[in-house]
Amino acid sequence: MKYSKSLLSTWEIHHRPRIAILQRAGGGNPFNNLEKSTVLQEARTFNDTPINPRKCGQILTKLLYVINQGEAIGSLEATEAFFAMTKLFQSKDPILRRLVYLGIKEMSKIAQDVIIVTSSLMKDMTGKEEQFRGPAIRALCSITDTSMLQSIERHMKQAIVDKVPAVSSAALVSSLHLSKNSQEVVKRWVNEAQEAVNSDNIMVQYHALGLLYHIRRSDKLAVTKLVSKFSKHTLKSPYAYCLLIRIATKLIEEENAGSGTPMFDFIESCLRHKSEMVIYEAAQAIVQLKNTTAKDLAPAVSVLQLFCSSPKPTLRFAAVRTLNKVAMKHPAAVTACNLDLENLITDVNRSIATLAITTLLKTGNESSVDRLMKQISSFMSEISDEFKIVVVQAIRALCAKFPRKHNVLMTFLASMLRDEGGFEYKKEIVDCIIATIEENPEAKEAGLAHLCEFIEDCEHTVLATKILHLLGREGPRTPTPSKYIRFIYNRVILENAAVRAAAVSAIAKFGAHCEELLNSCVVLLERCQMDTDDEVRDRSTFYVNVLKQQQKALSSAYILNGLQVSVVGLERALHQYTLEPSEAPFDMKSVPLATQPLVEQKVREAPGGLGETPSKVSADKAAATRQDLYQEQLAAIPELANLGNLFKSSAPVEITESETEYYVQCIKHMFRNYIVFQFDCTNTLDDQVLERVTVDMEAGEGFEVVKQVACASLPYNKPGSTYTLMRLPEEPTSVTGTFPCTLKFVVRDCDPTTGEPDDEGYEDEYVLEDVEVTVADHVQKVLKANFAASWEEVGPENELEDTYALATVNTLEDAIKNITQYLGLQPCERSDKVPEGKSSHTLYLSGIFRGGHDALVRAKLALDSSGVTMQLTVRSTDPSVSEILATAIA
Amino acid sequence: MLVLISLFTAIDYHVKKANMDGGILEPSLYSIKALAILDNDGNRLFAKYYDETFPTAKEQKAFEKNLFNKTHRANAEIVMFEGMTCVYRSNVDLFFYVVGSSQENELILASVLNAFYDSISQILRKNVEKRALLDNMDAIFLAADEICDGGILLEADPNAVVQKVAIRNEDIPLGEQTVAQLTKKLEVLQSAKEQIKWSLLK
Repeated sequence: MKYSKSLLSTWEIHHRPRIAILQRAGGGNPFNNLEKSTVLQEARTFNDTPINPRKCGQILTKLLYVINQGEAIGSLEATEAFFAMTKLFQSKDPILRRLVYLGIKEMSKIAQDVIIVTSSLMKDMTGKEEQFRGPAIRALCSITDTSMLQSIERHMKQAIVDKVPAVSSAALVSSLHLSKNSQEVVKRWVNEAQEAVNSDNIMVQYHALGLLYHIRRSDKLAVTKLVSKFSKHTLKSPYAYCLLIRIATKLIEEENAGSGTPMFDFIESCLRHKSEMVIYEAAQAIVQLKNTTAKDLAPAVSVLQLFCSSPKPTLRFAAVRTLNKVAMKHPAAVTACNLDLENLITDVNRSIATLAITTLLKTGNESSVDRLMKQISSFMSEISDEFKIVVVQAIRALCAKFPRKHNVLMTFLASMLRDEGGFEYKKEIVDCIIATIEENPEAKEAGLAHLCEFIEDCEHTVLATKILHLLGREGPRTPTPSKYIRFIYNRVILENAAVRAAAVSAIAKFGAHCEELLNSCVVLLERCQMDTDDEVRDRSTFYVNVLKQQQKALSSAYILNGLQVSVVGLERALHQYTLEPSEAPFDMKSVPLATQPLVEQKVREAPGGLGETPSKVSADKAAATRQDLYQEQLAAIPELANLGNLFKSSAPVEITESETEYYVQCIKHMFRNYIVFQFDCTNTLDDQVLERVTVDMEAGEGFEVVKQVACASLPYNKPGSTYTLMRLPEEPTSVTGTFPCTLKFVVRDCDPTTGEPDDEGYEDEYVLEDVEVTVADHVQKVLKANFAASWEEVGPENELEDTYALATVNTLEDAIKNITQYLGLQPCERSDKVPEGKSSHTLYLSGIFRGGHDALVRAKLALDSSGVTMQLTVRSTDPSVSEILATAIA
Repeated sequence: MLVLISLFTAIDYHVKKANMDGGILEPSLYSIKALAILDNDGNRLFAKYYDETFPTAKEQKAFEKNLFNKTHRANAEIVMFEGMTCVYRSNVDLFFYVVGSSQENELILASVLNAFYDSISQILRKNVEKRALLDNMDAIFLAADEICDGGILLEADPNAVVQKVAIRNEDIPLGEQTVAQLTKKLEVLQSAKEQIKWSLLK
């Protein structure tokens, strides 16, 4: 091995100069600067007789190269070239013929009338030239659609069981491609596939097993039999083993089974297979199963531990990636590998090193944090930003796990913040510090100090404004708010307009919250009124005027707790208002609210391994637009178009078991005077088509069903929606109810294979679970950044107070969870977290009630031997809202 | 979190994709997302994509450039990139890549790369460099076609692949051989000589 390496390097030394010269002379790439049109022109040579195989081969290669470079070829051009290409079937030259097959496959989707070559390909597929047969089958299947499949079915069946492996593999793989569109025809080839699994060739065995599973995959019993049969009868192909392990894993997951089943025993036995590929697949499978105990995991983990010291990077990578996954759920199981993982920190492959580090961060205990941080800092400078981000995410998880270690971690984060790095990396660190500040009050002062230092020299406007916003929110509530003012005012002097504007807003918040700083803040803000930028001037003028009024309610509404509306909704509402001029002023309450709770979710999620960031971002985006989407969907239904603005949509609630004939979910859409129940139905019977589907609801207690919008047709497995519109009771305090529901529809039986329904149908119904409307459905969560200010703003006018004994809950955490869930309000100022060891706590909740009334709740909780005692105080801008909320708990 | 995501699947395709990536692997033969060969400037010499991860040529080339930038200096064999697993191998001025899902068994991907590299190495008679590759582009297309069909691993044994491609340069009459092919033969002779010299020295 050593010897050949040295040979190679001598070779390189000898030949490098020559290569360089050749490339300089333009001989580097004969395909360079190929024009698509020239090549297509040249393709006309295919029509010449006699055929020059060599020349045509070269032209065809050029054509394939051009296509491979991503050049788009028009349908007309492709058709012309395709037809010219068919002429080449006259030549028997093996290479040319094979290139023609490739050409056919490349153009099968662009050119027209490609079926013209069917007979030529069928001749090759069944002919004597073995070399042609496999590729010919694959080319043929690329031009075949369902209607033509019947005519080649007989040949395909024969080819699947052909004794030449290449032919059999080609037929099996093509069958799998075809089954995407022609599931039913391919299903008939199950016997042939079965026979092919017994082939001696490892690839044929793999492909046949894949096809066999694909055909049977919806029949659980058949799949179970398939696994138990082939797990005993030893397969030869490691690839087939891997596939069988995946099938078995899926079965175990579906049945929610754990260890001790034959399936699990099979996977476990694969840990002793001779092929590394199979061993790893089995280990990975065991690790991924949900119902595994530490004992089940142990053999898999020890196999992975062995792989960690393999000389092959791929194997080390695979092992540490999988261990990383184990560490998320069972950190204890991986502790045994800590030594091996620490060795991998210095791995030349940075992917492996980073995975090792993040795994260690997950498995490490509190005492090892210091040592780990030291190790990480030694290699941070060597890795790319992408990996640094992963490390930061791991540290963030660590901050949440060991709040007492915030000192070490904060210092480390601050030093990373000072180092060189791109925007994404810096943003991740800032996010991590902010999250830590919010989770851990003890870390707040240190964190804010680090961030202050960072904005002194921060080139990213986005980050600077974000930090200034945070300082404005958190700074005033620290023991010494004045020390932050200097950092903030420096920004006004030194930065660009966006940052200056953010700094102005932050200063205003200090002024609004801290009376002793009010005068100084006004002075600073007055100076900003001379700014060169109009936004900065506008803001400072506005804030100076509000602050000078010295009214708590004004400061709270306009400085401390800003607007809580959905920006998209506001834009739409304003646009609508300008289109229809009216005397009435614009009503802020008609604007849909920002959906706070779903964005909140993101912060709680513990960051995982690599590659999870995109999903988080897109989930966030979906959350922000969910309500807007519902609004649009409902507005598109004429019967429901004039209900006004959608106030709130609930999360879907299942009102059937998920395994029943008809699967129904209910979403409640709340409007000012109406409620729309959206029933998403799925028909899981493949021999029925449902028509005119509606849900009958028994209204009562003042509720009244106004309209039903039927779902016209509900074919097998295609979800459809039906709506029921209900008017809310006149009496403002009656808002809750329980409604029994029945699904009504007309059934038409149909042929499961074709989906063709009978002419006659009959009416039928299906009883669903009750749908409940609770107080929480009428409330939209809104986070008040400064609860005390809002509390004063609303005032004691409609205050109601009551004391309750909550006998059923035993801890403050449970009480908080129940109250929050019941009222559907947003916990403010992190008051949903109880400091450890406390026996009393105050919970602050805020939100907006249907109709746009502010709703604020203060719940003082005290824990004693009999349970939790609660003093509930409700303030609202509307008396009936106070009443509803105050009585909701009882 | 997963439960929450599943609520929005109908709304956001990306969420759905992310969700699927997170779960267990669907038992399927479709394991290869792409095969590619790039030159030492990161330009595409050969690339074939088998699923819809990168639907347009522009996105594909952007991906290749980024991948190349990330891999051309560190010869590390495997890298996690844009949420996918890429195994790679380079020689002189060529970079061979196999791309699969981040959930895919890395060793299967490595075996595909092995088949890809070794079969081409045999076709190019161990002379794995850009010039030789371009002179044998037809064989490269055929080899890739024999290794992977529409995302399914068709043949993993490099010898079997070479045998199926069955290109015999000897069949070409001398007059039709290009200068490049002749120089290559000289090179082969040269390296054979070297080999003998070395074995004698040893």
